[in-house]
Amino acid sequence: MTHTDWPLWEVFVRSRRGLSHTHAGSLHAPDAELALRNARDLYTRRGEGVSIWVVPSSAVTASSPDEKDPFFEPAADKAYRHPTFYEIPEGVQHL
Amino acid sequence: MTTTPPADTVPTAAALALGDDALVLSHRLGEWAGHAPVLEEEVALANIALDLLGQARVLLSMAGDEDELAFLREERAFRNLQLVEQPGGDFAHTIARQLYFSVYQHLLYDRLASGDGPFAPLAGKAVKEAAYHRDHAEQWTLRLGDGTDESHTRMQRAVDALWRFTGEMFQPVEGIDGIDWPGLESAWREAVEYVLGRATLTVPDGPRSGAWRAGAGRQGLHTEPFGRMLAEMQHLHRSHPGATW
Repeated sequence: MTHTDWPLWEVFVRSRRGLSHTHAGSLHAPDAELALRNARDLYTRRGEGVSIWVVPSSAVTASSPDEKDPFFEPAADKAYRHPTFYEIPEGVQHL
Repeated sequence: MTTTPPADTVPTAAALALGDDALVLSHRLGEWAGHAPVLEEEVALANIALDLLGQARVLLSMAGDEDELAFLREERAFRNLQLVEQPGGDFAHTIARQLYFSVYQHLLYDRLASGDGPFAPLAGKAVKEAAYHRDHAEQWTLRLGDGTDESHTRMQRAVDALWRFTGEMFQPVEGIDGIDWPGLESAWREAVEYVLGRATLTVPDGPRSGAWRAGAGRQGLHTEPFGRMLAEMQHLHRSHPGATW
């Protein structure tokens, strides 16, 4: 059996409580259980996480680069969608 | 790191026995670097090796100077089990060796951690590492045993070949008090037999006690492959005494 026989998995790691899982990278593994263990060894061995998700890469539906313009272009010139017209009171942090 | 108890309360022979197990198995696992079947597994084995190396450093430091003990002792002065010095063989042999040892270490450290002896602080930390090593070995035993015809044959061959080295683990270690060794052995047998059964493997029936058993590593008698391993592990330090990075 060679490496290429193993499916690819996407790894999501939550770095601490209260934050959401963030994509960390991908890896090969024969099944979900071992994908989780490989992810533990590859992405959390320096204390980076408290929770891991693995998802088969084949289960991810991605937007196509060809559709980039219809997907994302209309958002570019609508400044009023951004809450940039508010005065931020002094002393407010984490905004 | 864990707090080290004062030197005069440490049973040196026991620190050497446990420390040498960790050091030698760490080196054996490190031999997979650059040779593991897949990149992900190479990292997993290296991780386990580094856990064991960390344990070895604490334990050998309890017995003396860690570098001197690791790099300047002769073969007959090492007190590790013969099981851990066995060559990696194919991947199945490495996994069988990991299964036998990590179940043993997990059960032993769990007992040491709940006591108040000199090894309790180290064992309390290392038992979590051992639990992961055990899980890794069990997961692979299941997949190789209950995998293809080829992987099943190789895994059965590996558990059979290493079986005769397993009796030695339950010879009481001088300086480790409060362990019920026969109880440890039956817990180990139960755990290993359960995994082998689920993996559709046959529990080996060869001798692991009596005249035909292997294993006098705790007395300093080692098998032939160990000399080669030691030469490789020690040659740099011996060729360049006092070298630093």
